[in-house]
Amino acid sequence: MTSPESAQPTSSATADDVVVEVRDAHYAVDTRPIFEGLNLRVRRGRITAIMGPSGTGKTTLLRLITAQIQPSKGQVVVFGNDLAQQSSSEIYGLRRRMGMLFQNGALLTDMTVFENVAFPVREHTDLPESLIKLLVLTKLEAVGLRGAAELMPAELSGGMARRVALARAIVMDPEVLIYDEPFVGLDPISLGFILRLIKQMNATLGITSIVVSHDVQELSSIADDSYLLEAGRMAASGTPQELLNSQSPAVHQFMTGGAEGPVRFHYPASDYTTQLLAAEDR
Amino acid sequence: MSKANHGGFLLEGLRKFGSSAIFLVQLLVQSVPALARPRLIVYQIYNAGARSLIIIMLAGLFVGMVLGLQGFTLLQRFGSEEALGSAAAIGLLKELGPVVTALLFAGRAGTSLTSEIGLMRATDQLVAMEIMAVDPLRYVAAPRFMGGVVAMPLLAAIFSLVGIFGAQLIGVQILGVDRGSFWSQLQGSLQLRDVTEGIVKSLVFGVTCSLIAVNEGYHAAPTAAGVGLATTRTVVASSVLVLLTDLILTAAFLK
Repeated sequence: MTSPESAQPTSSATADDVVVEVRDAHYAVDTRPIFEGLNLRVRRGRITAIMGPSGTGKTTLLRLITAQIQPSKGQVVVFGNDLAQQSSSEIYGLRRRMGMLFQNGALLTDMTVFENVAFPVREHTDLPESLIKLLVLTKLEAVGLRGAAELMPAELSGGMARRVALARAIVMDPEVLIYDEPFVGLDPISLGFILRLIKQMNATLGITSIVVSHDVQELSSIADDSYLLEAGRMAASGTPQELLNSQSPAVHQFMTGGAEGPVRFHYPASDYTTQLLAAEDR
Repeated sequence: MSKANHGGFLLEGLRKFGSSAIFLVQLLVQSVPALARPRLIVYQIYNAGARSLIIIMLAGLFVGMVLGLQGFTLLQRFGSEEALGSAAAIGLLKELGPVVTALLFAGRAGTSLTSEIGLMRATDQLVAMEIMAVDPLRYVAAPRFMGGVVAMPLLAAIFSLVGIFGAQLIGVQILGVDRGSFWSQLQGSLQLRDVTEGIVKSLVFGVTCSLIAVNEGYHAAPTAAGVGLATTRTVVASSVLVLLTDLILTAAFLK
């Protein structure tokens, strides 16, 4: 368990080992600061969990890593390249080595499931149709949806859409796979399935995985490294077990889901009684 | 409105004009590689063009018939009903064809483009493409823009043709204008520059309407209200700009 100031994985990592690194990143929306000196290191071949209460900027962090936004201060380094120094074509080149699973799937609605999974292959390669078919059916079989190949995205349930999106995310064999809230709204069967799939792909294909979620228990069961995002910086990092055993009140509150603690449930507001009495006076 | 508000309104208008111009340049740049996927462009010509055919033809027929009625009543006062053919053709080809088609195009195809692209934005589809290293400007925006630019002059031509048929229907078949003089007057008075004016106008309107529709959709706020607002803006901005550019182009062609 490391202190908040030097929130970094405990074990030493060589430069080659680090796939994604965020150094002292600052980012603000209008005048509201989201990140104030954020640090993160994702190591090759591991599952890195990024946890944190809602509204702490977990999705914004993924947008930083995928170069959709730039930090106002600090650096984001992906595959050893500082994203701020890259041209847009170089960024596209880096993105081809990543896959991302969106919370809502983000499937292209005017294509069938098959065409959705085939989309990146068709765009980036000149493979013959027979090979594309083979590739897509293999990936669809891996997520258990080979039978749904000809359905349109509108005909899928939320869980199915996310599985198709996962097949699409892995079809180009990415080195890094990013999952944005992969467990939200899933039934226990789909949840268990996705959980096993993340672990399996990491173990068999060696895909580095970054999983953003607030489902502490699910995530802790598969993660190698975990980070806790709180108030614009990493409040803690370490193995899931280290975080669970943390003595820090904020970390303890989040990991155990306690209502009482330093993390406020209520959005800042004026005094409750005063406001109610003022309403009555009117 | 205060002076400061006037300034703000003007600045906002200029900013919008500038960002649209930049977006147009980006679209044109991306249109070249987008040509490598002719299938996408052909589909968008079908989507914006063929799917608007019925409303364009119906509107053309009605406008032509009204032109036949009004033109006949007016020309009869001077005893020159035979000129109905040329009056209707010139009015349709130079003015009503391009303008009414553009207004209908903005309402039918423009709104559908804006809401489609806006919803793709709201449901993360455009971001997903970017993450898959596919430029949505090239894959989504450029083919739709080009489809609209190609479809618009074709639709305007069809509108004018059906309109002339409608004028003929009322003038010749019902009100008894001589068929021979209707067509010969039309043929005799129509000049190449009349047709050119119509084609140039419809092309300019095609670029204007498609650019506004794609731009509004692409930059719509990713919410239900945002997409709704963008769709409304497409119709309002397209209509106003079409009428304004029509005035400028008509004046330019008078020289």
